Amino acid sequence: MALRRFDLEAGGDSFSFKPETEEKVAFWRAKYPADKQRSAVIPMLWLAQKDNNGWLSEPAMREVADRLEMPYIRVYEVATFYTMFRLQPVGKFHIQLCGTTPCQLRGAEGLKEVCTREIGKQMYVTDDKRLSWEEVECLGACVNAPMVQINDDYYEDLTPETLSQIIGRLRNGVELTPGPQIDRVNSAPEGGNITLTEPALFDGSRNSVSVLPNLPEPPPAPEPPPEPEPTPEATGQPDKSAPTNTDREEPSSKDIKE
Amino acid sequence: MLQDKDRIFTNLYGLHSPDLDAAKKRGAWHLTREMLEQGPDWICNQIKASGLRGRGGAGFPTGLKWTFMPKEVRDRPHYLVVNADESEPGTCKDREILRHDPHLLIEGCMVASRAMRAHVCYVYIRGEYINERHALEKAVKEAYEAKLIGKDNVNGWDFDLYVHHGAGAYICGEETALLESLEGKKGQPRLKPPFPANAGLYGCPTTVNNVESIAVAPTILRRGAQWFAGFGRPNNAGTKLFCISGHVNKPCNVEEEMSITFRDLIETHCGGIRGGWENLKAVIPGGSSVPMVPAEQIMDAYMDFDTLRDLKSGLGTAAVIVMDKQTDLIRAIARLAYFYKHESCGQCTPCREGTGWMWRVLERMVRGEAEHDEIDTLLDVTKQVEGHTICALGDAAAWPIQGLIRHFRHEIEDRITQYRLPRAMVQGAVVTAAE
Repeated sequence: MALRRFDLEAGGDSFSFKPETEEKVAFWRAKYPADKQRSAVIPMLWLAQKDNNGWLSEPAMREVADRLEMPYIRVYEVATFYTMFRLQPVGKFHIQLCGTTPCQLRGAEGLKEVCTREIGKQMYVTDDKRLSWEEVECLGACVNAPMVQINDDYYEDLTPETLSQIIGRLRNGVELTPGPQIDRVNSAPEGGNITLTEPALFDGSRNSVSVLPNLPEPPPAPEPPPEPEPTPEATGQPDKSAPTNTDREEPSSKDIKE
Repeated sequence: MLQDKDRIFTNLYGLHSPDLDAAKKRGAWHLTREMLEQGPDWICNQIKASGLRGRGGAGFPTGLKWTFMPKEVRDRPHYLVVNADESEPGTCKDREILRHDPHLLIEGCMVASRAMRAHVCYVYIRGEYINERHALEKAVKEAYEAKLIGKDNVNGWDFDLYVHHGAGAYICGEETALLESLEGKKGQPRLKPPFPANAGLYGCPTTVNNVESIAVAPTILRRGAQWFAGFGRPNNAGTKLFCISGHVNKPCNVEEEMSITFRDLIETHCGGIRGGWENLKAVIPGGSSVPMVPAEQIMDAYMDFDTLRDLKSGLGTAAVIVMDKQTDLIRAIARLAYFYKHESCGQCTPCREGTGWMWRVLERMVRGEAEHDEIDTLLDVTKQVEGHTICALGDAAAWPIQGLIRHFRHEIEDRITQYRLPRAMVQGAVVTAAE
């Protein structure tokens, strides 16, 4: 668990969604049944965070709660539970650096040093309000490790040098290309893919089959796992059947009991 | 190596367009109507016959899971919820499906919904996958516009699909926590029973499946259960997306046959281990939650559920994290312990307190700043966390540490000895001074 608190001072007194966000709010709310509007709380908090310079202030949480007719505390709970809701101001470009083991194995600790050197300590916002960074847990791009997420985009296969370049560009407002920063396409191996090269996969010839297999009679399914025999209910009566081993000389322990 | 013609995810690397037309050319949305017309029993039986086991980590037979839903729809609607909250360290396969082959997933959702008599499906994507979410939303829009899904669609089964997203909580990958989160609450797992098939989303019958399990279903039905069952060893059928990260020469995602040996997998697709095979130290074969396996045991092992279970580990999500001899294993596991400490939802005391405790002890062990008998205490604590929590996060936090102690206890001991050797006198002096 991570202990997280609001920044009440920086949040001000009021928040309102930008007019162009209203359409998105309606889009999300339409996804859930009319009596289950509470489901929209995470998407709406996320939209509110976007409209509030990348972090979630307490008035923004109240706005979301009012719209969804939820008690404030329920929204506070959600906002503090999920770590993508940032409860204090961040820079215009917020760098989330993945530090979990797969990235650590490929050099995430070197990247942390770069961030500390060039930006400062975690969650510190530079004076020009452009940059801040934090270490986060696995971002799910492990075969492209180490990587960072800057606002919405992933920058993968980094080295301290390339990350330092990226930070320099962010500082100067130069455009960046997300994705792998080495010669590589997405998650294909470096140097080109050796699989998925067959042209027949992509020209539509896969659709030549016009009947599904196994249709006429559903094929004999493999035996369903045997249902456990229903155990007869205990009646409190001893077994009535006569013993079958009466011809033995030595009485068995069962016989003695009866 | 699996032949290209037998690959299900033909656009894994995004070399082609993810759009509807291109996806159709690759085989998606072909004969979907015919599949749906066969009805739930046929679909479930086919999936059962294919031997597909859930791809989200637990490996539960998917076809069997679908049959747990009530046989008829009464007063409560049925829901399919797709778990795209891929956060297990090492795992990044669902991301490729979401952004490069979204139509396979949408078609799979429809087929699975038919099998469980559901008309509504929610796909829960982790919050960080923003571009992936946009890619899926775009594909859903295309499918609606082409009348493939929606009311009165060409496939003859009313079906609505909604994309939902989270906001950065690993625990929401647990199915009941995911449902809580989808209902707009904190993602804290529910007690089972009742199981989701009886009371899941909004109290209605619900099945939660992994993205990959759902996305392979239509292709299995199109090509036949026997085709899928033909790969891998018995009880471990099919093809599987492997994510190989860590100290290999070329980390990548790849679809391979189940039961491929570890050596083949790495040699064929990843250009070998960094520094050669003698340099391999240990492998975490199924995402961070499974115990590590030392080099000599994993090298020629089959990558499937049963073999890895026998090695006291597991296939999990098939996220293979490779560690070479330069790796500080204690540090690597300490970082995982921090991960679990960070992601514990705080509901059950053994996990909330235990994960933090285990992390702090491991951090000291990284430096060697511990007593020898603390290793046993640590092992004992992992046993007390394991199995004493509502969900499996407690187990997941305990297992990597147990794996470390099981196979590399000597490394921890050496570290402690090394740390204490020059300090023996000094420490004694400190103790005396304190007294």
